[in-house]
Amino acid sequence: MAEKEKAVARGPFTMEVVTPERVLLRTEATSLIAPGLEGYLGILPGHAPLVTLLGPGVVTYREGGQEKKLAVSGGLLEVAGDRVIILADAAERSEEIDVERARRAKERAERRLKERTPGLDLERAEAALRRAVARLRAAGAEG
Amino acid sequence: MPSMRDLKRRIKSIRNTQQITRAMKMVAAAKLRKIQDRVISGRPYGDKMAEVIGRLVASADLGDQPLAAAREVRKAGYVLITADRGLAGGYNANLIRLAQERLAREDRPAALITIGRKGRDYFRRRPVEILEEYTNLGDAPDPALARRIARRLMQLFLDGAVDEVYLIYSRFYSALRQLPRVDKLLPITPPPGEKKEAQEYIYEPGQKEVLGALLPRYCEIQVYRALLEAKASEHGARMTAMDHATENAAEMIEKLTLSFNRARQAAITGEILEVVAGAEALQ
Repeated sequence: MAEKEKAVARGPFTMEVVTPERVLLRTEATSLIAPGLEGYLGILPGHAPLVTLLGPGVVTYREGGQEKKLAVSGGLLEVAGDRVIILADAAERSEEIDVERARRAKERAERRLKERTPGLDLERAEAALRRAVARLRAAGAEG
Repeated sequence: MPSMRDLKRRIKSIRNTQQITRAMKMVAAAKLRKIQDRVISGRPYGDKMAEVIGRLVASADLGDQPLAAAREVRKAGYVLITADRGLAGGYNANLIRLAQERLAREDRPAALITIGRKGRDYFRRRPVEILEEYTNLGDAPDPALARRIARRLMQLFLDGAVDEVYLIYSRFYSALRQLPRVDKLLPITPPPGEKKEAQEYIYEPGQKEVLGALLPRYCEIQVYRALLEAKASEHGARMTAMDHATENAAEMIEKLTLSFNRARQAAITGEILEVVAGAEALQ
């Protein structure tokens, strides 16, 4: 019994990424790096139970020996046993990202932040910028 | 026996109605198709979130989270989600009936928050306090609107205007089946379910921050989900109702056409008889 538990803890963990629109991903992963609010954090099999808020950024995970990326705009990550659940406000696989659109969004956000027109919602513009950069990074086009 | 002219007129009028009901059915079907996938693929998110909250609650105390704090109920709030428009079979009537029953059974003072014109119009003429009303929701619920409504509901709860909030809406099962139901929204109570062994969670940044961000989000998603389910139910109910109406119209047209043909036949027979009688009289 104890041996079995150990084996489960060491093997790949189940990783689920769910957004309000759909279940984006349900897979077996062997490692995971996620954008926690206080910096990126890594999850390996057998991680202690954890709940953390996510900021906009890139989720990198290893699935079948291959490294894959997702852009998330924020949300929550829970590690419980051999399961990791990411509840994202919005998330996209790297191959789904519209790079052109992300680039335009980034430029728009940067322009807004530079011009600082009165009445600018600074927090929103910054969040938009972080989201756009995250999407560009996940898509492999450096932001 | 109605005259041939009357019959003709009625057939024409029913045919017109049938065209309208058929068009409405097709429009509802198209709208349903659009929203149906969103409803079904959106369900896991809310379920997972409820699951996570359930697990957290097993290990942490929600007591200091104002959104989860139960208190003595001086006033219960009911959010009634109906459609803006009718011609959807029993859809609105079923929801209003359920709301009416709940209010009648409620021994504490209660107030309504109406979403959708039909529910508002019904309760406006009755002695029930309506705290808020939202109308003109469109064909597909907007997440931003759901957020606005959810924030307002949380504010009403936190300000003490209401001490409990329930959602009355219709859950979508299929185009043929939608069932009105009541869900508790606030205070947030973890779903009863498997009480797993409490785990010691590490919280980042901290338990308070995590729950403080998670609970309002959960409330927003609940409202959004209810709006989506309600909208899909509405389109489904309307589609089914209009399908029946189109069928009934076809049946009526068939019957009337039969009477019309009979009347025509009788008229012709009458004319022949007259001609024959006339010819005989000449002999």
